[in-house]
Order: sequence, then C-alpha cells, then structure tokens
Amino acid sequence: MAHFLLTRLWQSVVTLVLASMVVFAGVRALPGDPALAAAGEEATPEMVAAVRAQLGLDQPLWVQYWRFVKNLLSGDLGTSVRTGTPVSELIGATLPVTAWLTVYALGFAVVVGLIAGTVAAVRRGTVTEFGLNTLSVVGLSVPSFWLGLLAILYLAVGLGWFPASGYVSPVEDPLRALHHLTLPAVILGTGIAAVVMRQTRASMLANLEADYVRTARAKGVSQARVVVRFALRNSLVVVVTLVGLQLGGLISGAVVTERIFGLPGFGKLTLDSVFSRDYPVIEGVVLIVTFAYIIINLVVDVLYSILDPRIRVTGANS
Amino acid sequence: MSAPVVEADLGSSRGRVLRHLLHNKLGVAGGVALLLVAAAALLAPWIAPYSPTQVHFETPLQQPRTVGFPLGTDDLGRDILSRILYGTRASLQVGILAVALSIVVGAPLGLAAGYWRWLDGIVSRLTDLTLAFPFLILAVGLAAIRGASLSNAAIALGIAHVPQMIRVVRAETLRLKGAEYVLAARSLDASGVRILATHILPNAVPSIIVQATVIMPAVVIGEALLSFLGLGIQPPTPSLGIMLSDAQQYIFRAPYAALLPGLAIMVICLAFNLFGDALRDALDPGGHR
Repeated sequence: MAHFLLTRLWQSVVTLVLASMVVFAGVRALPGDPALAAAGEEATPEMVAAVRAQLGLDQPLWVQYWRFVKNLLSGDLGTSVRTGTPVSELIGATLPVTAWLTVYALGFAVVVGLIAGTVAAVRRGTVTEFGLNTLSVVGLSVPSFWLGLLAILYLAVGLGWFPASGYVSPVEDPLRALHHLTLPAVILGTGIAAVVMRQTRASMLANLEADYVRTARAKGVSQARVVVRFALRNSLVVVVTLVGLQLGGLISGAVVTERIFGLPGFGKLTLDSVFSRDYPVIEGVVLIVTFAYIIINLVVDVLYSILDPRIRVTGANS
Repeated sequence: MSAPVVEADLGSSRGRVLRHLLHNKLGVAGGVALLLVAAAALLAPWIAPYSPTQVHFETPLQQPRTVGFPLGTDDLGRDILSRILYGTRASLQVGILAVALSIVVGAPLGLAAGYWRWLDGIVSRLTDLTLAFPFLILAVGLAAIRGASLSNAAIALGIAHVPQMIRVVRAETLRLKGAEYVLAARSLDASGVRILATHILPNAVPSIIVQATVIMPAVVIGEALLSFLGLGIQPPTPSLGIMLSDAQQYIFRAPYAALLPGLAIMVICLAFNLFGDALRDALDPGGHR
C-alpha cells in the first residue's frame, strides 16, 4: 500500500510540474505584449523597455519560469489587471461557492444514480426498469443549462419553491444555504446521475449473475443482503472510477450553472476574466482547475485501491 | 432485450446486426429521429421559411402557431423555426468536425498503443491523465488565444474526446491482436503498420462508430453550452446555444423562445443516444451495456 501511494504521489508531482509548464507557456503564447499594456499606449520605446525590465520580461525564459514557480509556491498568483486585486484573493473568495455546489451536486448524483441503477437491475425486465432506463437516456440528452432555465421559470418564479438566484454560505446559515443551493445542485447533478445509474445497472446485472452471488444465494443469504452487501459493494468500484471521469463535465457544468443561477463562484470569475482578457486571472483559474483535477484524481485512485485490493497488487501501472 | 437470436445458417453478420437493430423499438425510434435531424440540417437552406438572420421589427415575440411563423418569433422578430433549422445545422457541423478530429487523432494512437507494448505505457498514461480534463478550460484557453469561433469550439471539443477514442480503439486492437488471421499475417512477415491498416482497423470500425455516437451528443451539448456562454459560435451565425442565451433575457415574456431550442438539442441528443445504444446492443448481443 505504501509503495502504491508513494508511486502515485510521485506521478502526481511530475504531472503538477508539467501542468505548470504548459500554463506558463500558454500564457506566453497569448497575443499582445504585457509590457506595452502595462506601460500604456503613449509610452516611448524607452519606457516600455524599462517596464519590461521591471517585470522581468527581458530575462531568459527559464529564469522567468523559475520566478513563476517561486511565486506560485508562496501563493502569489499575480494581480488582476482589471480590479488590481490579488488573484489568490479572488480565487479564495469564489472557490468555496463552487466547491459547495459541486459536492452537493455529486452527492445528489451518486445517491440517486446508485438507487435507480440498483432498482433497475433488481427489477430487470419490468416496467420499472424500462421507465428508469428511459429516464436515464433523457437525463443524458438534456442540456443541464436549459433545464436550469426551465427550473427557474417554473419552480423558482412560477411556484416560488426556490430562490431564483443568490448565494448563502452553508457555514453562516446552513438551512438557507440548502434552500439556495438545492436547485442548482440538482440541475448540475442530473446528467451525472444518469451516467451513474446506467453504469450501476450494468455492473449490478453482471454481479448478480456472478458465481459468488449464486453461492451466497444457495447458502440462504437474503435477497436484500445479496444485493447490498455483495453486488452493490462490487459495483461501487465502478462508480468511484466513473465519478473521477465525470470531474471534467462537473467543472464545466458548474461554470454555466453559476451563470444561470447568479452564484458568485469560480465559474463566474472564469468567464469574467475571459471576456475582459484579464490574463493573470485566466492563468490562475486554469492553474487552480488543473491542480484540483490532478489532486482529485489522486484521491480517486487511492479510494479505488481501498475499495478493490486487487488494484494494489497489480501496482501503479494499472 | 437481448434475447438470444438463433443464428440463421446463411445470415451474414451484417444481416444479424440489422435484424437486431430492427427488433429494438427505441433504437428504431432513434434511427428515424436521426434521419429527420440530418434531413433538417442538410435541407435547412431550402425548407426554412426565412433567413435565420432576417429581422421583422413589426412582429417581435410572436407566439408559436402565428400565421407565417409556425414556432413564433424572437425579440427581433426573427423566425424561430428557421433559426432552429440552421442552429441544428451548426450543431451537427461542430459535432462532425469534433468527432472527425477525435477519430483522426485518436484511432492511430489507439491502434499503435494496442499493438506495440513499448508505446502503450506512455499513451495510456497520457490518456488516463487527460480523460476527464474539463473541456471548458480548454475552450477558455483557446478562446483567449485564438478568439471564440465555431472552429475553435470544434477543436476544443474534439481534443477533449480524443482520450475516449484512444481507449476504445486500443481495447479493440488488444482483442483483435490475438485473432488467427492476424497471427497468420504476422507469420507471413507482414509489417506492423500493414497488419494494423488491413486487418485490425477494418474490424475496429464498428467500435469506432459506436463510440462516435457516444461522443456526438456530448459535443452537441458542449457546443450549445460554449455558445450559450459566448465562447463558441458567434452571432449572427445561428446556434441553439445562442438562441437560449438570447431567450434568457426575455424568458418571462416569451418562455417558448427558451423552450424550443432546448427541445431541439434534446431531440438531437436523444436520437444519437438511442441509436447508439441500440447499435451497441446489436453489435454485442449478450453484453449488458
């Protein structure tokens, strides 16, 4: 186990370094001269050169990269060109909103998907299964942001069940936060719930026919116990991997969900920075998402190895 | 649904797949919907009542079933039916471009990774790493560097789906590598590239097609999302995503303007998903997926 953890940790560090290089290179590939932008339009060539030296842009690339990494490690991501606020501060203020939203959405998706998938597998060949299958294909085919618009139109404004926009921190007022976040989280989680349901159903069907389940049944283990303790547990491995794979979609979906529900989160920061060409913020946003992505993948791998000990045996190259 | 079909003695495998497909009602529905969607996209310039950008200031926000405007008009009096037809065309354009990109890049890499062991480690690691990277971040980067456009959206969405294609083609290659006809070709000293091109690739085509039907709806939704955010197709080119983002502004006065483009996206994606599911079942009867 220790060997597996160390190998995965080491791989993640290498990936983090590579990712930082890609982002560094990407930002240098952007059109426009930052020194010219900082010096202003009426600056003489000498003034531009002075600013360039001041920003360190006249140094060789590897020196610039080294400084970029040093700043990064001390938590300095530069300052926003638009507002003059440190990028780390902007990210610190918006990230919790998105974190709450995605965790809530994921929790909803996994619970609903697991239950629906299990029921569909156990009730194989019935109307229930057909209904759940149809629902899952529809869930896959519906654009979540459209569903969000409809939810605001009919559930929030029409029926007044939920607030149409705004954010309350769960730390300050958990109940009101739940009320505000439920609609966006359910909308964001719908597509993932459909994927989890389909995968759970497929995996449960295979597991329910497996020899060990037949043996358990022959020994007189009850149906409920067979389903939950034996088949579902083995299907969980698949679901954990799947959740790891949905991460990209989850982050992309969060951006548009925040936009629709007016949540002051990371997605809003991302869009604002792109439209105002606020490069330091874009750089910070891309870096943070990439880093979060790598770290969550590491966590998924570790979780995976705890749920299924066979993976540890075959080692980190699996 | 996958009741074992008795193999007809003379039935070719193509015939078997077709029979299977026709037995699956949802699959048939998906196939018919797919044909309709494709026809709408291809024939848009001929069947659309108006140009999608033609404004009618005297008739803004007309309800559906108004004379002259079967699905109503938007805030500028543009015909919603015409815009949906052209929007579908743009969606499928982005979809085909992105899927083609994922095949052109993904299939050779998958073939190589499956065939040559020394390559497998590197390619598979990279695939695992990028499999779930948020395409939106990719699109944000591309839009920042090259500007937002239809082709940049297609590139971002295509690249984002390359890893899936690599995985599927690699798995197929691993499976086919042990087939007798491949071993026979090998014993005749055929080169690796030749074996891949003439023996393995043709047999991997069904899996590639099934994967394409999985990627297509994801790309269609992805395009709508990017255009909705202003990172994809740019006005005045009509796109279902742009129609939704426009309609958001007057959603309370004209809910139908937001309902209809979303329904169109859903129908396109349902068609691909249903048909893709049926195709996968038909190609792999007995499989559970």
